[in-house]
Amino acid sequence: MQLDAKIPEGPLADKWDAHRFSTPLVAPSNRRKFEVIVIGTGLAGAGAAATMGELGYRVKTFTYHDSNRRAHSIAAQGGINASKNYRNDGDSDYRLFYDTIKGGDYRSREANVYRLAQVSGEIIDQATAQGVPFGREYGGLLANRSFGGAQVSRTFYARGQTGQQLLLGAYQALARQIKAGTVTAYNRCEMLDIVVADGRAVGVVVRDMLTGEISSHSAHAVVLATGGYSNAYFLSTNAKACNGTAIWRAHRKGALFANPCFTQIHPTCIPQADEFQSKLTLMSESLRNDGRIWVAAEVDEARPAADVPEDQRDYFLERRYPAYGNLVPRDVASRAAKKEVDSGKGAGPMKNGVYLDFAEAIGRLGRDTIETRYGNLFEMYERITDENPYEVPMRIYPAPHYTMGGLWVDYDLMTSIPGLYTIGEANFSDHGANRLGASALMQGLADGYFILPNTIAAYLSESLGTQPMSTDEPAFKQTEADVTDRTERLLGANGSRTVDWFHRELGKIVWEHCGMARSAEGLTKAISEIPALKGEFFADVKIMGEGDSLNQTLEKAGRVADYFDLAELMCRDALHREESCGGHFRAEHVTDDGEAKRNDEEFTFVSAWGFEGDGAEPSLTKEILEFENVELTTRSYK
Amino acid sequence: MTTTEEAPTRRRYPWPIEFYRSAVGKKWVMALTGVALLGFIASHMIGNLKVYFGPEDINHYGEALRDLGGDLVPRTSLLWALRIGLLGAALLHVHAAYTLTYTNWKARGGRYRERDYVAVTYASRTMRFTGTVVLFFIFFHLADLTWGTAPASPDEFFRGDVYSNLVASFERLPVAILYIIANLALGLHIYHGTWSLFQSLGYSHPRFNAWRKGLAAGLTAAIVLVNLSFPIAVQVGILEI
Amino acid sequence: MDVTLRVWRQDGPDRPGAFEEYSAPGISSHASFLEMLDIVNDRLTLDNREPIAFEHDCREGICGACGLMINGQPHGPQQGTATCQLHMRKFRDGDVITIEPWRAAGFPILKDLIVDRSAFDRIVEAGGYVTVDTGSAPDANLVPVAQEAAEAAMDAAVCIGCGACVAACPNSAAQLFTAAKLAHLNLLPQGQPERFIRVEAMVDTMESFFGSCTNHAECEEACPKRISIDFIALLNRDYIKAKWRNGRLAGQR
Ligand SMILES: Cc1cc2nc3c(=O)[nH]c(=O)nc-3n(C[C@H](O)[C@H](O)[C@H](O)COP(=O)(O)OP(=O)(O)OC[C@H]3O[C@@H](n4cnc5c(N)ncnc54)[C@H](O)[C@@H]3O)c2cc1C
Ligand code: HEM
Ligand code: HEM
Ligand code: SF4
Ligand code: F3S
Ligand code: FES
Repeated sequence: MQLDAKIPEGPLADKWDAHRFSTPLVAPSNRRKFEVIVIGTGLAGAGAAATMGELGYRVKTFTYHDSNRRAHSIAAQGGINASKNYRNDGDSDYRLFYDTIKGGDYRSREANVYRLAQVSGEIIDQATAQGVPFGREYGGLLANRSFGGAQVSRTFYARGQTGQQLLLGAYQALARQIKAGTVTAYNRCEMLDIVVADGRAVGVVVRDMLTGEISSHSAHAVVLATGGYSNAYFLSTNAKACNGTAIWRAHRKGALFANPCFTQIHPTCIPQADEFQSKLTLMSESLRNDGRIWVAAEVDEARPAADVPEDQRDYFLERRYPAYGNLVPRDVASRAAKKEVDSGKGAGPMKNGVYLDFAEAIGRLGRDTIETRYGNLFEMYERITDENPYEVPMRIYPAPHYTMGGLWVDYDLMTSIPGLYTIGEANFSDHGANRLGASALMQGLADGYFILPNTIAAYLSESLGTQPMSTDEPAFKQTEADVTDRTERLLGANGSRTVDWFHRELGKIVWEHCGMARSAEGLTKAISEIPALKGEFFADVKIMGEGDSLNQTLEKAGRVADYFDLAELMCRDALHREESCGGHFRAEHVTDDGEAKRNDEEFTFVSAWGFEGDGAEPSLTKEILEFENVELTTRSYK
Repeated sequence: MTTTEEAPTRRRYPWPIEFYRSAVGKKWVMALTGVALLGFIASHMIGNLKVYFGPEDINHYGEALRDLGGDLVPRTSLLWALRIGLLGAALLHVHAAYTLTYTNWKARGGRYRERDYVAVTYASRTMRFTGTVVLFFIFFHLADLTWGTAPASPDEFFRGDVYSNLVASFERLPVAILYIIANLALGLHIYHGTWSLFQSLGYSHPRFNAWRKGLAAGLTAAIVLVNLSFPIAVQVGILEI
Repeated sequence: MDVTLRVWRQDGPDRPGAFEEYSAPGISSHASFLEMLDIVNDRLTLDNREPIAFEHDCREGICGACGLMINGQPHGPQQGTATCQLHMRKFRDGDVITIEPWRAAGFPILKDLIVDRSAFDRIVEAGGYVTVDTGSAPDANLVPVAQEAAEAAMDAAVCIGCGACVAACPNSAAQLFTAAKLAHLNLLPQGQPERFIRVEAMVDTMESFFGSCTNHAECEEACPKRISIDFIALLNRDYIKAKWRNGRLAGQR
């Protein structure tokens, strides 16, 4: 199979304009003749649906949430990047582009990333006009903070709730279109499969989560905006319901899955407190601006943090990376922390964390400043741990947080299935092997507001005058039948173990072998263990209740079922990628001083995996990455 | 899919009616009428103080009320204007109160088996009840001291002789008790009312919000204490014919 | 620690409901309230009983999906805390914990502890937005916003749409939610053009689902984001102005 990323010709800075000019348009009067299905109402989905509604397309949105406002984007804390250069500190589209490419360890597409930087400014304009209450200076103009992996101050924020405020902006824009009748919203409706007929995406099959009814919806094009798959690890910073079902189902129907092993482990999360913990809570990365990270220099330090004298503390990030110090990118910070904890210097009762200390900052800036900056985060921390971070240093440890991998898409954000688009965290897009802080909100909104609504016209214009396929066609009936079978199979097992038990077990395997550090041996082990566990799952899972009413266990089960296969593919990809880059760290490939070692000769490509049937080995297609504007250097934050 | 449906849009009426049709509008009217009623209660309380200066003063005060406006207007006309205004306010207030009560009762989705309030006060929860008590009291009170209709009024009622009517009336223990109860109910009602009306009218400012509770407490205390003093004074014999 | 739960169970929308009692022994005090329910649910499943349906997602107090009436208090005993952030250390060993769904005519019960809060979406759809098509926005720094204004707007904008205010209100009024959404937009320059149309539309829609505010102030106490009822006063003020202005405009409308 040949992959064409459809990257426009011409100089980097002109590609997007040139492309928009050369792609066919749909005339305003014709737009209402097109139906588009959008799965997911996060930043990407809500942004896209609202914008396409404004343009005049007829849009249907689906989400498993009771309200479009609850998408996981709501949880984003720290902020959103944009190359506004309001701070006059040398920022520019090119620098944002460069930082993102470098931060992604040279495993992303130049053209896409540059376009992202180009539209980043418009996102801030749009959000501000919607009434997003970004933080401001006393002069009334927008404030910025600096964020991990960048040396300029380009992050816009709304207290510690940037994602919430941006999502509410998009949600309100969407609400306006729902009122206007251009968008029809289906809430508490989970997409369980997509329908492909003669090679094109023609619709979806969904389950009404209240009545259990399985129904089909057809459209001229389908857009997946279904977020990331970090919950494959069970314990992650993602919301409980986040799942990979939508993209995995699309993958099974022919959409290539790119770089599944590129997952991000976020350095600043609250360490696990005990084994039945249900999720991990992120402490915004912005804390690293003022907090200093350290562990006791001595193994098995027993004293409480306060009693450990300065000279017996090891500020390991500042020591190892003088230039960036505590602000090194996430993957680097996470691995460094793991190294210390593995060496037995871990802090806390379970010795599973490192200190994030504000004593110095409070001394320098005063408690009030720290409170205005991080007040709600400190509160959140105290609620969970019962410790007061103004007095005792926080304890943090890395946790699965974001997935750079996702469905492969071309420059138009279309997957390898014509008519199927993927936006936001769900695609593999722009972050390469590692995402910089505050760049996911930017990408989700760039895709949703500014890119997809433009690029989708190219595909739609082809089918002007045609109607969406009738949902009575065999293609739909067949898919409905498959979905029903799968549900019945799950309910039928009536075994002896709960869904959560299996999810936990899966999580342990993936975290152990495909987490922060990976090895050929571990991965091979995982690849044999996961299918075995999956087998047990289908034979021995226990689900109470019926399929024809609200049944949360059933919903969970369906998601976990798909996670087995997805996790296996993650491991296969990790095993195949014989290098260490970004979030993907192979123990076998390190420099003498233990830093990640990339292998540009052999691995400067995107791994796009194809589904070849259950149990069969997936097929690999490579999209070679050409770098015409930046030359590949080893990332050094020393 | 979720279920709640948009309410059907009904035809629009001229804005004052539209306004009163809305709950927020009704609350606004309640607040305004509440203020009027408060004003009356307060001045009425002050006027009644004259009882302590003996028959002449209070009777003369009653006269004065009727003479309001002096020779410029027909006798008692201004008093009647006041009465009508007051009556109107009371009617609006009560109507709003009862219709809102119905709305809220409809809006409740069954009661909690266990409920532990934090902010709700006894006063705020009994507004409807205390209000109703006050309403009935007013009727009794009018029959007693204004119209002189037995059995509410004392056996020999002298139109115009406010003082002896009042003393005669309060010498009856049950009546004295009834007045005391009614005024306590009134106290509860205007305590929450006085605090609440600013919120309803949309006057809210951090600096002045602190004063609201104090204002409510002070006003209530003044009115209730003075009003209670009359029946008590008569009972213990400070006031007698 | 060992606790006993009295939980409201109800099969479906208009089916009869009743309390069932479950004992939950051996719960760690580090567990969050919802983790405690997870454990109970796994145990229920294993002895062939249907698990308790309750809504949740982010489990960090921001998505607004969770919301339970715990011992007669919305989101439980801890002030300014959503159900999912509540931890078992706030309870004592041997406690009997009563768990009910939000109860309001505007929030019909769907199953067990899950209610339908989509009336909130209807309120926002009525006008809880700024009309600005994607792409038509001016530069973000073109309109300065006084920092105090931005902060005040943010104080209201933090609403997570959980519905605890309605659950708490003796009148089942949605004033605090609506006031918060209104204040968020009405305090910002960007919200001014539609200010009065927005107020009228949102309040009228609100009243078609919920009760009326008699200033009990209970909502403020229940709100996990501690949103102030001062915003309700603002709502009242703006609504009165709106009826007056829009009323005068009615002729032209
Ligand atoms: C705790 C936390 C903090 C973060 N902080 C930041 C930050 O500070 N800055 C930053 O840039 N990024 C941050 N991120 C990352 C960022 O929030 C996400 O990557 C981004 O919001 C993803 O948006 P999305 O629209 O792609 O997907 P989501 O917001 O996850 O939305 C997914 C949508 O798809 C729907 N959906 C999924 N599957 C189905 C299905 N099968 N059927 C129907 N609907 C479905 C869901 O209901 C939901 O509406 C953070 C992430 C986390 C977890
Ligand atoms: C006669 C029967 C009465 C009834 C049934 C009644 C009932 C009510 C009710 C239900 C409220 C609403 C509380 C609130 O919205 O905050 C209220 C408010 C009020 N009432 Fe009455 N009331 C009555 C009489 C009176 C009288 C006689 C007075 C004068 C002393 C009075 C003064 C007030 C005031 C000042 C308020 C506050 C208005 C507001 O907050 O909007 N009421 N009343
Ligand atoms: C113990 C306290 C009170 C005393 C001693 C008292 C006394 C009187 C007297 C003597 C009159 C007749 C005046 C006249 O005929 O000229 C009167 C009239 C009246 N009182 Fe009271 N009163 C008291 C409390 C109240 C309260 C609490 C209310 C209302 C809530 C009230 C409402 C009225 C009204 C409406 C009238 C008729 C006024 C008129 O003539 O238009 N009174 N009162
Ligand atoms: S106002 Fe508070 S209580 Fe009401 S929905 Fe918003 S956050 Fe929840
Ligand atoms: S509790 Fe209810 S009465 Fe008003 S102040 Fe809050 S809405
Ligand atoms: S689960 Fe999201 S707020 Fe509680």
